[in-house]
Amino acid sequence: MTTPSQTIGPFFGYALPADGLPDLVPAGTPGAVVLTGTVRDGAGAPVPDALLEVWQADAGGRFADAFEDLDRAQPAGFTGFGRCPTDPDGRFRFVTVKPGAVPGSDGVPQAPHLDLVVFARGLLKPVVTRVYFPAEAANTTDPVLAALGDRAAGLVAREDGRDLVFDVHLSGDDETVFFEL
Amino acid sequence: MTSSTSARPTGSADPPYLFPGYGSTVLRAPARPLVRLPLSRTELTSPVYGHSSVEAGEADLTTRHSGEPLGERIVVTGRVLDSDSRPVRNTLVEVWQANAAGRYPHAADQHPAPLDPNFTGAGRCLTDDEGRYRFVTVKPGAYPWGNHHNAWRPAHLHFSVFGPGLTSRLITQMYFPGDPLFAFDPIYQSIPDQAARDRLVSRLDLDVTTPQWALGYQWDIVLRGSRQTPWES
Repeated sequence: MTTPSQTIGPFFGYALPADGLPDLVPAGTPGAVVLTGTVRDGAGAPVPDALLEVWQADAGGRFADAFEDLDRAQPAGFTGFGRCPTDPDGRFRFVTVKPGAVPGSDGVPQAPHLDLVVFARGLLKPVVTRVYFPAEAANTTDPVLAALGDRAAGLVAREDGRDLVFDVHLSGDDETVFFEL
Repeated sequence: MTSSTSARPTGSADPPYLFPGYGSTVLRAPARPLVRLPLSRTELTSPVYGHSSVEAGEADLTTRHSGEPLGERIVVTGRVLDSDSRPVRNTLVEVWQANAAGRYPHAADQHPAPLDPNFTGAGRCLTDDEGRYRFVTVKPGAYPWGNHHNAWRPAHLHFSVFGPGLTSRLITQMYFPGDPLFAFDPIYQSIPDQAARDRLVSRLDLDVTTPQWALGYQWDIVLRGSRQTPWES
């Protein structure tokens, strides 16, 4: 008896505040990483009207239970939540930190990851994926990656200089792994 | 991956990704089956907004500018519930909508209907202890879009709700009762089950209606729950 999903449509840009929210931590924070990428459709064309949200633990693997001031969170500290619309070239950019380990459903440790949710015109419901970190030893024992076999590599961001790059392919030959929660 | 850890009940009310009648789904719908994710705290938690970040005035879309917007003033209220009908308290509800003429103040909206300098059409509030939200706004107009010849969207409010976990995150649209455009709207029609479509339609409620001032509409939102909350056991 749940309420069904409907598309976010093309006109959310002025309504869903994202000011400051692409930056989960201020630039210059020790350990801060830039996570950037492009959202593409099944023909490889950039998606210029998507909204991305990330949710992740802090560097210690903790989730805050309550945030006093999420909109203006920078002075108050890390919230684990980020929101970023894509630009006309389909690109997004977050500044965050690598989260600590979060136990899996059965207590098995998981490699550091963040959950990434994509909304867009033409998506009647969001897609959910995970971003893992490159050169991370724990990736080899992560239960979610292990179950994906050959597709697991697609969930690991690649290094581009000091930035991390994670492209989202909604469809097509390189379709990103999307999860059912 | 095991089904016992999935939060998504079978027979979900959601539309499919691919619904060719809604043309934009064709190149954006994932083609491969979703992979079931055993839920961990990453999926079973979500951001919690503090009261200090959402101001009471943000729930009244008619008082955000110096003058009153044109259109039919309405009150829209209801409860945010989990799938066990328990109230979802203190969760952020965000809304956005076209003005009474069917126009969004967005650069990409080229519908030649007037903008209203007294109406932006965006609001937010936090649910109270009963899970209730309440907005004052004007009834949005229908508007044309390019999906097919003579495509018009039924009047709607966009709603965004967080709920207690990533599993409950919902963006949807609320419609008005008896809209003759339902039969022609592929976004509404993309929901397979008529009973589920009906759950997106508000009802006129004279108890919410304010005499001599505004019609009232009631609309409850039921979020997907999660079947396990391991850290609570």
